Amino acid sequence: MKIRLNLTVNGEPVDALADDYKTLLEVLREDLGLTGTKHGCELGECGACAVLVDGQPLLSCLLLAVECAGRSVTTVEGLAAGGQLHPLQECFADLGAAQCGYCTPGILMTAKALLDREPHPSRERIREALSGNLCRCTGYAQIIDAVEAAAHANAPERDR
Amino acid sequence: MTTSPRIIGRARRRVDARAKVTGQTRFADDITLPRMVHCRLLRSSQPHARILNIDTARASAIDGVHLVLTGDTFPIPYGILPVSHDEHALCRDKVRFVGDPVAAVVARDEVTAEHAATVIDVTYEPLRTYASPTDSLAHDEPRIHDYGDHGNVHKAVALQFGDVDAAIGGADHVFEDVFFFEGSTHLPIEQHATVALKDPDGKLVVYSSTQTPHYLHRALAKALAMPAAHIRVVATPNGGGFGGKSDPFNHEIVVAKAALLLDRPVKICLTREEVFLCHRGRHPVLMRFRTGVTKDGRIMGLDLQTLLDGGAYGSYGVASTFYTGALQTVTYQIPRYRFRGCRVFTNKPPCGPKRGHGTPQSRFGQEVQLDKIAEHLKIDPAELRLRIVAPPDSVTANYMRVRTIGLAECIRRVVERSAWKDTHGKLPPGRGVGLACSSYLSGAGLPINWNDLPHSGVQLKLDRSGGVTVFCGATEIGQGSDDVLVSIVAEILGVDPFDVRAFTGDTDLTPVDLGSYSSRVTLMMGNAAIQAAQRAREILASAVSARLDVPLDRLVFAERRVFDSERPEHGVTFQEAVCMAEARVGTIGTTGSYTPPRSPARYKGGGVGPTPTYSYTAAVVEVGVDPDTGWITVPRVWIAHDIGRAINPTLARGQVEGSVYMGLGEALMEEQAFRRLPSRLSNALVHKFPSMLEYKSPTSLDMPEIFTDLIEHPDPEGPFGAKEVGQGPLLPIMPAVANAVYDAVGVRIDQIPVTPEKIVRALKAKAAGKPARVGPDAFPDVPWPETLFVTPPSEGGDGRASNEPPKRSRSKPDAGIEATAGVRS
Repeated sequence: MKIRLNLTVNGEPVDALADDYKTLLEVLREDLGLTGTKHGCELGECGACAVLVDGQPLLSCLLLAVECAGRSVTTVEGLAAGGQLHPLQECFADLGAAQCGYCTPGILMTAKALLDREPHPSRERIREALSGNLCRCTGYAQIIDAVEAAAHANAPERDR
Repeated sequence: MTTSPRIIGRARRRVDARAKVTGQTRFADDITLPRMVHCRLLRSSQPHARILNIDTARASAIDGVHLVLTGDTFPIPYGILPVSHDEHALCRDKVRFVGDPVAAVVARDEVTAEHAATVIDVTYEPLRTYASPTDSLAHDEPRIHDYGDHGNVHKAVALQFGDVDAAIGGADHVFEDVFFFEGSTHLPIEQHATVALKDPDGKLVVYSSTQTPHYLHRALAKALAMPAAHIRVVATPNGGGFGGKSDPFNHEIVVAKAALLLDRPVKICLTREEVFLCHRGRHPVLMRFRTGVTKDGRIMGLDLQTLLDGGAYGSYGVASTFYTGALQTVTYQIPRYRFRGCRVFTNKPPCGPKRGHGTPQSRFGQEVQLDKIAEHLKIDPAELRLRIVAPPDSVTANYMRVRTIGLAECIRRVVERSAWKDTHGKLPPGRGVGLACSSYLSGAGLPINWNDLPHSGVQLKLDRSGGVTVFCGATEIGQGSDDVLVSIVAEILGVDPFDVRAFTGDTDLTPVDLGSYSSRVTLMMGNAAIQAAQRAREILASAVSARLDVPLDRLVFAERRVFDSERPEHGVTFQEAVCMAEARVGTIGTTGSYTPPRSPARYKGGGVGPTPTYSYTAAVVEVGVDPDTGWITVPRVWIAHDIGRAINPTLARGQVEGSVYMGLGEALMEEQAFRRLPSRLSNALVHKFPSMLEYKSPTSLDMPEIFTDLIEHPDPEGPFGAKEVGQGPLLPIMPAVANAVYDAVGVRIDQIPVTPEKIVRALKAKAAGKPARVGPDAFPDVPWPETLFVTPPSEGGDGRASNEPPKRSRSKPDAGIEATAGVRS
């Protein structure tokens, strides 16, 4: 059965009809065409599908879309603003933090939640915050470097 | 004229970075097309059984089901190696492992397809299950396959280079060790996905997360009995490959057929459990090293035996078998060598190429044995290795050609940076350091389908807009092949990498590149790109030289300009140069090709191991071991890699650190392991834990601090001197961990992974006065075939075996398509 969903996605109101059994991940990718959010297990094991729900990093594969009614969802598509990449995106791009790029959206969103809470986390805190996001390419070092660099970049968005 | 590189060697943002950090890289499962329907596979619940009947009536009757397919639709076998075309898209008469696909359902959505698959009734007649290589060696019948050497032996090989028995017999010391290396899987975060469709012309188009679109193209043509020219394969960027997307897969052929039958797009995306079942990962290998050395540590002879658990299909297995013995000699001087390898079939997901392909297992054995030899001879392990490093520009006993070799420098670098001389054997109990080395191919010297064609092709288009477009069949799997391609073209034409557009991995649009495997792309595609770009540069230079009246050898291509090196202000923009050239000679397009140099190995089996040039690596790993719990921590790793030249050091560092990461996963925790279901169920042999939660892989919290050094001495075979970096740096990690554990707590774990449980077991044995070791005790009797005798080059050999059997005729029906095999059978 399809149900009507009202939620905010990347700052825009969304009014959609979607199957009631679908996860937020499935609605984002299949019904809203936002394929930037990835999946690696659909069981909450890999972190690839992390998005922000009301600012909290959550695994969209473990959330039913109906649970998100009335809430605000931010995906990787909502990270850049005004045609400018987010400092995290700039640093990930410059420092080799994205190799295949498949785990990248989930890691970016998880890192954004961290920096929103703690603008200047230690390397240890970054490692801890990202420990639920698996990456098979990088060995994590360049990812941690990039988050650290973004924290040092004195990002205008966070100062707003 | 030649100037020093502006782009090559500079740490840069990769050209495809923006797409990746904005989530816009389009992976296969991100493709949605009008009228698209979805496919699910029904996989075997039996490890080894005859299929007596498949009843699809109930599934077909479900509303929303468009098509149900079984093996009857797929009579033609295929496989990656021409010598083992042993797979069908769906099983026909029998199943060979739990997870072997037996039927497919195509329906309006995944949920309907999944449900319909569960109501397909398959009647099986169970056959004996082979759970281990010893099972498979002990019983010839029933056979898992009706081909192979004999019984359940897929392939056994025996090669001897010089009188190894005399060499070992004359040695001061003989060391004999048995090791085991457990299998592991690639675990790419992207699950395999494929979308197939019939294009408006009626031709087949397949988008797939494949590392090898060219080989998939060939397999589709064969399995579907279609002209290859009517099939287009597009390799979507892979969300991690590591070798796991290098075979043509069942699901790719199934959805291709379904799209043709239904005339609408069909998509499949595997579940994580199915990714574990597709596997093609690291072979579990049991190995025995018998090594004779002089009292100062020089190797006189090595006698190596390996036994590979191949799983249920051939895959790359014949090549994997040879790889367990091919590269021992290119790292250290081994004047006489015997290698015997045997791969058996078992009823498990097939093994194949995982990062390092067949070489990490015996690299582990060799490097741990060297640590034991050094200790026995009271020589520092680093010093021992420095004494025996293979010489540059030499040919080994098994006819592998070594070009540049920076191994000694790698060893010295990690010894210095890790303060090895102050730490090895000198840290307090529970802390230790271990050292190991490795080498790897910069691309397989021979193609999988033996022919005289180039291994990589590049086309270049320049037009009056000043735009440069480069086309190459190479496949972007995260390693940065698009960036390497574009940066080489940009360097030679004097433009910015972001000015160049790349089209890659598309069999309609791009010339063939054999694929992203064997660390071949940078070297082979890079050399082809240099040729194409230089040809374009010559066309432009001729036009500019004539127009500006500047001698050709004074023209510089840089900063989007072409100008006189003696009067830099005298020049034209790059776009003007293109227009001048186009006006002069017409449309500008150039090509480049690369074929590796011929190997001196002429014996049967000598096709596995040659490469244009080998990379080298040395690593020191520091561990902490809790003597009560056996818990292992790895705080620091120092690694130096002889890369020849780093095209983009940011990406090169990422490859080294990613290799350290994957090596630590294999060393400490990753196991592709199996168990029996309880007998009240089926007693079937199943994957122990096909989930990312229980198949442990390192997280960001498990990773050590990594000190990476790139050793750069350009190799004449490589583009701008570059060698491989994607695989070699993984190889020393596992033995270095085992050697470090010995340094920390004095026990030998001769078995990968090195787990706390094994350490505790070894410590208990040590306390009880037994050998302080955990590992296999014996190597079983293997019915080795007749040994091929090859005289080493140092003893006057010509690369041929003295007792080579006559070559088999090429009278197979598909000989015209397949030519002969890269691995001759």
